[in-house]
Amino acid sequence: MSDTPKELKYALTHEWTLDEGDGVVSVGITDFAQESLGDVVYIELPEVGDKLSAADEAGAVESVKAASDIFAPVSGEVIAINEDLEDSPEIINDSPYGDGWFFKLKMSDPSELKHLLSADEYIESAEEE
Amino acid sequence: MNSSTCLYAAHQKMGAKIVDFSGWDMPLHYGSQIREHHAVRRDCAMFDVSHMSVVDIEGCDAQAYLRYLLANDVTKIAAPGQGLYSAMLNDRGGVVDDLIVYALPRGFRLVLNCATGDKDLVWMNEYAKGFQVSLQQRDDLAIIAVQGPQALARVSSVVGQAIGDKLSTLKPFASIFSRSPQTMSDWQFARTGYTGEDGLEIILPSSEAEGFWWQLHEAGVSPAGLAARDTLRLEAGLNLYGHEMDENISPLQANMAWTIALQDSERNFVGRCAVLAALDEGPQDKLVGLLLTERGVLRDGQDVYIEGCEQPGVITSGSFSPTLGYSIALARVPAEAGERAEVMMRKKREIVRLIKPGFIRHGEQVFAATANG
Repeated sequence: MSDTPKELKYALTHEWTLDEGDGVVSVGITDFAQESLGDVVYIELPEVGDKLSAADEAGAVESVKAASDIFAPVSGEVIAINEDLEDSPEIINDSPYGDGWFFKLKMSDPSELKHLLSADEYIESAEEE
Repeated sequence: MNSSTCLYAAHQKMGAKIVDFSGWDMPLHYGSQIREHHAVRRDCAMFDVSHMSVVDIEGCDAQAYLRYLLANDVTKIAAPGQGLYSAMLNDRGGVVDDLIVYALPRGFRLVLNCATGDKDLVWMNEYAKGFQVSLQQRDDLAIIAVQGPQALARVSSVVGQAIGDKLSTLKPFASIFSRSPQTMSDWQFARTGYTGEDGLEIILPSSEAEGFWWQLHEAGVSPAGLAARDTLRLEAGLNLYGHEMDENISPLQANMAWTIALQDSERNFVGRCAVLAALDEGPQDKLVGLLLTERGVLRDGQDVYIEGCEQPGVITSGSFSPTLGYSIALARVPAEAGERAEVMMRKKREIVRLIKPGFIRHGEQVFAATANG
């Protein structure tokens, strides 16, 4: 099984969420997701200032093999995007939980974090796919 | 239960991501298909293609049989080792499979697609009735393709200078049978491939394949998977069975007219009448290359809209070109299509440029930089 850090929260749609404190979370795609997609060649990110609701489309990731939408795991305003991914999308394959983060959200309702999956729950759902 | 090749254990040791490919557990990549792709264009890499079927044909009617079975004419390959690309057609002129046929010291050898292997054998046995031939499926053989500008040098460093010298003088599609220095068993080295680069396809006993694979690895040859093989053949503009052609597609629709040997009007072959009729009728469509320099990746099955044509064309193979850094495709479009078309992508319509199929050969771009250039 792919790497699935315990300290993160996960969405069924293969995004991870890291609580950075002060109501801010960073979001990326899981190791399982990058491994399934293979080499990423294009990335679409939201814009800073975008207000997203949980499960809203927040961007897309396209590999040699397939394309996949990225969804906001929780509601909030986009306060930062990882511009390095535009020119070097392979970072997502090399470091899905580190340098491969997609965007940061200022949450409008931090209680939504409760609805996300733990690492174990995510592994279980991903294995069923 | 899937089949696996004799190199399966080696793939696992090398960290391959294994996927199902037409009932075979095969390596998709060993970490990064793009790195493997670049290795072939810039240096060389090796592929396990042992899933392809090898069928040896012997008997006093072997030549007559193949002249009837295949659309290309095996009388073009007289000398042992010579190879010829051919289609095998049905009565309707559709492609049952595409293959390479080699002349052996006695008889012939066919190398066929894995996905069609079982179907092919039934087909070939059916047509063998009435000919003095025997067909032998060679499950005891493996095939390792070493492809890239350094392929011959690296293989020579493993098999020794005596064989290496012979390899360097081989013309494309020619092969030599040479005894392995270690085991004295017969190996076939063919100057063929599916990447648009120089290289070899080496047919050898399965029992010796893993040892040779690791020797190549020690000589600096890295492994490459089926994913890289697909982007390499697409950049080279080479057809893939089931994509650019199938039982319902004429070879004339797949830029394979050059493989239909009609010179000898006395020679009847399966599909000949249908091909002649299609030639008379003239082309309704054509197979072209597409370039998308905007972001996004062209995908199989997407519609291709041509101005003035009611019926859209369709992408037969679409992917990302690691060498060019943008998306390319092969597409079947109406014959009247010009130099531009539109493709309905995932979320938007994008303009694409049409070119003759063929994007990269020997590491270099082969199409003009601009539509007018």
